[in-house]
Amino acid sequence: MSTAHSSAHGDQPVMTGVVDGVATFDPSGAFDEHRPPDAALVGDCVHCGFCLPTCPTYVLWGEEMDSPRGRIYLMKGALEGEPMTDSMAGHFDACLGCMACVTACPSGVQYDKLIEATRGQVERNHRRPLRQRLLREAIFATFPHPRRLRLLRGPLRAYQASGLQRVVRRSGVLRRLPTVIATMESLAPPLGPSSSARPLPERVSARGTRRATVGLLTGCVQGAFFPGVNAATARVLAMEGCDVVIPRDQGCCGALSVHNGREAEAKKFARAVIETFESAGVERVVVNAAGCGSSMKEYGELFADEPEMAQRAAALAALVRDVSEVLVELGPVAQRHPLPVTVAYHDACHLAHAQGVRAQPRELLNAIPGLELREIAESEICCGSAGVYNLLAPHAAEPLGDRKAANVLATGADVLVTANPGCLMQVATAFRRRGAAGSAIAMAHTVEVLDASLRAVPAETFQKRSLLQK
Amino acid sequence: MATTAQRRPRDLDRLAARLRTVLGEGAVITDRNRLRTYECDGLAHYKVTPAIVVLPHTTAEVAAVVRACVDERVPYVARGSGTGLSGGALPSAEGVLVVTSQMRDILETDAPGERAVVQPGVINLHVSKAAAPEGYYYAPDPSSQQICSIGGNLAENSGGAHCLKYGFTTNHVTGVELVAPDGEIVRLGGKAPDPPGYDLLGAFVGSEGTLGIATEVTVRLLRAPEAVRTLLAAFPSTDEAGGAVSAIIAAGVLPAAVEMMDALAIEAAEAAVHCDYPQGAGAVLIVELDGPAPEVEAQFGEVQRHCRDNKAFEIRIAADDIERALFWKGRKSAFAAVGRISPDYIVQDGVIPRTALPAVLRRIAALSDGEQGQGTEGPSGVRVANVFHAGDGNLHPLVLFDESVPGEAEKAEAISGAILDLCIEYGGSITGEHGVGADKAKYMPRMFTDDDLDTMQMLRCAFDPLGLANPGKIFPTPRLCGEVPGRHKGVHPLAASGVAEVF
Ligand SMILES: Cc1cc2nc3c(=O)[nH]c(=O)nc-3n(C[C@H](O)[C@H](O)[C@H](O)COP(=O)(O)OP(=O)(O)OC[C@H]3O[C@@H](n4cnc5c(N)ncnc54)[C@H](O)[C@@H]3O)c2cc1C
Ligand code: SF4
Ligand code: SF4
Repeated sequence: MSTAHSSAHGDQPVMTGVVDGVATFDPSGAFDEHRPPDAALVGDCVHCGFCLPTCPTYVLWGEEMDSPRGRIYLMKGALEGEPMTDSMAGHFDACLGCMACVTACPSGVQYDKLIEATRGQVERNHRRPLRQRLLREAIFATFPHPRRLRLLRGPLRAYQASGLQRVVRRSGVLRRLPTVIATMESLAPPLGPSSSARPLPERVSARGTRRATVGLLTGCVQGAFFPGVNAATARVLAMEGCDVVIPRDQGCCGALSVHNGREAEAKKFARAVIETFESAGVERVVVNAAGCGSSMKEYGELFADEPEMAQRAAALAALVRDVSEVLVELGPVAQRHPLPVTVAYHDACHLAHAQGVRAQPRELLNAIPGLELREIAESEICCGSAGVYNLLAPHAAEPLGDRKAANVLATGADVLVTANPGCLMQVATAFRRRGAAGSAIAMAHTVEVLDASLRAVPAETFQKRSLLQK
Repeated sequence: MATTAQRRPRDLDRLAARLRTVLGEGAVITDRNRLRTYECDGLAHYKVTPAIVVLPHTTAEVAAVVRACVDERVPYVARGSGTGLSGGALPSAEGVLVVTSQMRDILETDAPGERAVVQPGVINLHVSKAAAPEGYYYAPDPSSQQICSIGGNLAENSGGAHCLKYGFTTNHVTGVELVAPDGEIVRLGGKAPDPPGYDLLGAFVGSEGTLGIATEVTVRLLRAPEAVRTLLAAFPSTDEAGGAVSAIIAAGVLPAAVEMMDALAIEAAEAAVHCDYPQGAGAVLIVELDGPAPEVEAQFGEVQRHCRDNKAFEIRIAADDIERALFWKGRKSAFAAVGRISPDYIVQDGVIPRTALPAVLRRIAALSDGEQGQGTEGPSGVRVANVFHAGDGNLHPLVLFDESVPGEAEKAEAISGAILDLCIEYGGSITGEHGVGADKAKYMPRMFTDDDLDTMQMLRCAFDPLGLANPGKIFPTPRLCGEVPGRHKGVHPLAASGVAEVF
C-alpha cells in the first residue's frame, strides 16, 4: 500500500478530508465493532494542521504521530484495517485529552468524540506492558473513590514526614502514585478538629432573597484534598442567593474513567451521580472541578446506546454548570470588598477547551476591586496534569509542567488562580522543582478568591493561607 | 547510474541503520503506522507512504542524511509542517522524508539590524512573536501562519494578505544556509541585502525543495507600523467590491492588504468562527492600511469614500485589536471553514491581472451557473466560493462538491481546471502562492513551452544532477540530467521503469 493512491478522479487539490469518501470500516483491524470512532467525523479533518501548535505533545516532540492531525490519521488507518500495535496505542495514550485541538480547529472536527471512542478501543484491544497495567489498576482503585482517598490522607502525611518517601521513590513501579498523593497532601490544608475536612452540611441556605436552588458536586480529589474549595463554593453561592444542596455520599462523576476508556466503570459512576441529583430537586448542578464538569455535560452521549437512560442523562447534563458560569448567569448581588493582589489566571483545559468557559472566570475576577488580572503566555497549552496523565506519562507531563510554571512566574503575579485541582497540583509540583524561585507564589481556586473578597479577608491573610510552601 | 527502481528493501534497511547511527534511534522512523501519518501534506488527496522518515536537529545532521541518500541513490523530500496545498512534500515511496519540525530554534533576533536568523522548522508566527517585544514583526503572513514553517514558506515563496504592500517571502529572505543535493553545506546571501553575483538566493526561494534543503534562514524584520486601521465593507456583489478595489489602487493608495470574500465564503466563515460579518452581503472587503499615523488617517478616509462610491452598504471600522482580529479570523479560517458547508472541496490558486477581476469573477459565476466549462457538459450547478487577495489579483476559488454523489467530483474538477484556463487566458498564472508541487505539474505546459521547461530543468540539473531532491515535482515530465532536452519519443525511460508517473 505504499504507492500513490491516484484516486479515481484525482488530479486536483481536493481537500476531501483524510478519509476519502465513505470509509470502509474493517473490524479485523485495530478497532472492534463496539463504538468505533465515527468515520464521518474522521473525514471532517481536512489535514490543514491548524491544531498542531497548541497540541502539547506536538509542542514537546514535533512529531506528526503525536499531533491531533496524526492521531486522527492513525484512527483512519485503524478503521481501514491497520492492526493495533504498541506504537499506535502509545500515540493514543500519549494524548492528554486537553482538547486544545478542538478549540483550534476551523473545520469543527470533534476530536473529543473521536478520542473517547478510541480510548475504549485501546482499553479493550491492546495489552499494555505489565508496569503500565499495574499502575493503571492502582490509580483506578484509588482515585475515583473519595473515601479511599480521604483515608489515605493521614498515612500519607506520616509517610512524607518519615523519610520513607525517598525510599519508595527509588523503588520502582508504583513510586509515582504515592508521590502525587503526597503532593496533594502537602497542598491541602492541615487536618485538624477545626479544619475544613469536616463534612459540609447537606443544605446551606441562601443569604437574603433566594434566587435559585442548586446542587453541589463535591468531587473525589476536590472533596478529599481541597475541602476548602467546596466550602468556599457553598459560601459564595449562598452569599449570591442560592440554596445549596450537597447530597451526602456522592460518588465519583466518572470523569477519570471516561477519559481513560473505562466505559463500563464510567457508566456505573455516572448512573449513581445522575440518580443522586435527579432526586435532589435542584435547578442547577454546580461543579467546581473542570474535569468533572466537562464529563457531566456529556452524560447524554455516554449512554448513547441505552435510549431511556440517555434521556435522563441528557436532562441532568443540561443542568450542569461550572461555578463561574452559574455566578455570571445569576449576576452579582453580594458586595465585593477590595482584594489588592495580582492574579495570573490559568485556563484549565477542561474548562476552556472542553467547556468553552474562558470569559466567566475572568469576569468574576475582574469585578473584584483592587485585583489585577494578568494573562499567562501560551495560555492555551496544557500544563500536563490532564486527569491522571501526569501519573501515567511523567516524561511528557513534567516538561509541560515546567513550561507552564515558567510562564506563570513570568507574569510576576502573587497568586496563581485556576479552576481545577489537578492543574493546581501539577503546577505546584513544577514550582517545587524550581526550588526557591517557585515558592513565593500562592495558589487558589477562582471561587476561593471570590470568597475572600465577599468576606473582606485582608489580602495578606488570603495570600499567606494560599502559599505553596506552608 | 542506478535508478531508484532498482532499490531493494535491503538497501533501505542498510540506509535506515546508517541514519540511526547518525541521528539516534528516536529520530529515524520506520514503523508503518508512524510512517503513514506522513503520507500526505495539506493536500490529503495524494498519498505516498515514505520508506523512512528522519527528524534531524542540526544542519550537520541534515547534511549527513543527504550524503547517505546520495551514497545509496535514494531520493529524499523535505517537509516542514506539511500544510502545503500542492503536494510539494508528498514523499517518495522508496525514499526518505526529511522533516524539519524539530529544527525549531530561533537562533537570533537582531531588531536593530532588522534581521532574525531561524532554523527552517520555526513556525512563521513564532518569528513575529519573538520580535514583538522590540516592536518588530515578520511581514509575510500566509493564512496558515500559525503553523506553516519558514522553510516551507521559503520553498513555496509563500505570500499572504499583507504581501500586496510588502511583497512575498522572496522579498524578506536575505540569506540561507542549505544542504545542497550532493550533501555540501552552502551559504547564499547573509544579513546584507542584495549580495553581488548571480542571484542564487532568488533561484533557491520558491524552488519547492528541488534545489536543496534550507537549514538556516535569515529573514527581514520590519518595524511594527505606527498606525494600523482596518475596515470591513459589505457590498451587494463582487462586482461592486471589485470596482472599489480598482478605485482604491487607481487613486494611488497602497493598502497593506485588500482581501475579498464572496457570499458563500462568508457563509462558511460564519459557520466556523462566528465572525459576525454584515448580513446579506454579496461580498465583503477587508482593507487594512498601515504606516505613519497622519498618512494612514488621510488615506483611510479616501478608502471609505471609494467603498461608498461603489455601493458599500455597510462599513465597519475595527475599534481595537480584538475587533481587527475578528475581521481577520473570518478570512484566515476560510479555507478550512468551507469544510463546514460542503463535504468536499477543491482549493484552487491562480492569478489574474487585478483589473480583470470583475470579468473573471463573472466568468467563474457563469461556469458554476452552467456555462460550458472545458470538459463539462451542460449546466454544472457546481458552487464556487471565492476568497482572494484582491489587491494583487490572487484568486482562491473553492470548488464545492460531494464526493458521494456520482459525477460531482468530475464536474468540480472540470470547473477547477476551467478556472485555471481562465487565469491563463487573461494573462495570469496557474499558481499565486501554493506552488506547483505534484499537483500542478501537468498544467505547466499550458503556461510554458517545452523550451521554457527545459531551461528550468537545466537549472535544476546544475544543482541536482542525480535527481534525488524532491523528484516528481514541478515538472510534468521527469528527465535524467544529461539527457538531450525536449524530444522524447514513446514512453519516458523513468516512466517505463515505474519510477515516475507521468503527470
Ligand atoms: C488552510 C491553509 C491556508 C493556507 N494559506 C496560504 C496562504 O495564504 N498563502 C500561501 O502562500 N500558502 C498558504 N497555504 C499553503 C502552505 O501553508 C504554504 O505553502 C506553506 O509555506 C507551507 O509550509 P510548510 O511548512 O507546511 O511546508 P510543507 O508543506 O511541509 O512543504 C512545502 C514545500 O516546501 C518544501 N520544504 C519544506 N521545508 C523545506 C526546507 N527546509 N528546505 C527546502 N524545502 C523545504 C517541501 O519539500 C515542499 O515542497 C495554506 C495552507 C493551508 C492548509
Ligand atoms: S487533546 Fe490535546 S494532547 Fe490530545 S491531540 Fe488534542 S491537543 Fe493534542
Ligand atoms: S485543525 Fe482540524 S481539520 Fe485541521 S488538521 Fe487539525 S483536526 Fe484536522
